[in-house]
Amino acid sequence: MATLDVQLQLTLHSPDRSFELDVDFSATAQRTALIGPSGSGKSTLLQAIAGLLPQARGRVRVGEQALLDTAHGIDLPARERRIGVVFQDYALFPHMTVEQNLQFGLRRLGRRADAGHGQRVEALIRQFDLASLRGGLPRNLSGGQRQRVALARALAIEPRLLLLDEPLSALDSPLRRRLRRELAEMLERVQVPTLLVTHDPQDVEALAQDVIRIDDGRIVDGDLGS
Amino acid sequence: MPSALFVPLWLTLKVALFATLIAGVFGIALGWWLARRPFPGRGIVDALLMLPMVLPPTVIGYYLIVLIGRNGVLGQYLDRWFGINLIFTWQGAVIAASVVSLPLVYKGARAAFEEVDGRFANAARTLGAGELEVFLRVSLPLAVRGIAAGVMLAFARAMGEFGATLMIAGNLPGKTQTLSIAVYEAVQAGNDSQALWLTLVISLVCIAVLVASGRLLQARH
Repeated sequence: MATLDVQLQLTLHSPDRSFELDVDFSATAQRTALIGPSGSGKSTLLQAIAGLLPQARGRVRVGEQALLDTAHGIDLPARERRIGVVFQDYALFPHMTVEQNLQFGLRRLGRRADAGHGQRVEALIRQFDLASLRGGLPRNLSGGQRQRVALARALAIEPRLLLLDEPLSALDSPLRRRLRRELAEMLERVQVPTLLVTHDPQDVEALAQDVIRIDDGRIVDGDLGS
Repeated sequence: MPSALFVPLWLTLKVALFATLIAGVFGIALGWWLARRPFPGRGIVDALLMLPMVLPPTVIGYYLIVLIGRNGVLGQYLDRWFGINLIFTWQGAVIAASVVSLPLVYKGARAAFEEVDGRFANAARTLGAGELEVFLRVSLPLAVRGIAAGVMLAFARAMGEFGATLMIAGNLPGKTQTLSIAVYEAVQAGNDSQALWLTLVISLVCIAVLVASGRLLQARH
């Protein structure tokens, strides 16, 4: 059974160009890399899967659950898709502490915090070794620490799917190697189906079991990579 | 403090506070809305909102009379249904000051919201937040300094409002006579020392507000 089943069309218009995305693929591996040159539509595709592009048409299914099915009038908004996203440069909320970042997905406005949520945050803090950083602000963290917080924050909502957008691109080379290894270990432990965007073949080798290539908004090769 | 000074000062502060409150709520909401994404006619809405900054205050006063005057487009219903008349009242002065200070809040808020990286809002959405929650927990706190600076400028502008206020609220000592109008009347009456004192008070308050808003904007980075 496919972990992730995607068939999407959308057109993005900007003043100087318009970009057309038209993809159809299934991912069966636990962790799949999405690779392609810059401007090929990788990040756009991730955003569409996450439900952040309302103009997307087609079908997105994770396991048995349909998140988007235009033909049947299904289009869950991003807040209901339960897809954890680790953004490029992480997009940690700069005005919140590490702990508040982790709590964000669990505490809804005007609703009382429940004990289970507190336990979940504590478990993530332990699991990602964030105890000494919990009161700190994102701007005072190193690149590796930010990556851990971003991943923990995305996992707090118990996502059915994890999307990573160039998770290592913000880092320089020696650090990159070390964090690639750390990230591989963390992903191995959490066991959530993952789609990750990268343009680095070493990332693919270390982090993914399968590869999907995209170019100019089209899938060019859905076969097993290297 | 002599009542010739105290009464208009108190009235001015009261009018400016209420006007800032009204301009603040509308200016922040409009700034957020127009910063979100382009839509057909956004340029025209923007121009209309900035209009009070460039139109002569007397023209704004005239528009307001047409709108909320006793026989005005809205005013006649306010009068008939609720018995409310805004002309020659301090509440009318609040309306006039709100309109002229709105562009300052709106412009400041829009720029502040546009500066906030859209990925923060998207991150909040993927974490389960609805649009109101994105606004209250993410966009607003991240834009708050720029908004506060705009609100303070609006307060200073509301304090100094003259032309539209005079047309809507008139010059009734103790009722609608704000500091700026009191200065005008003191000069007309040849009461130089009173004009000087009034001028000093309003200048000091405005300098304090400008220094504070400058600090807020500077501390942003």
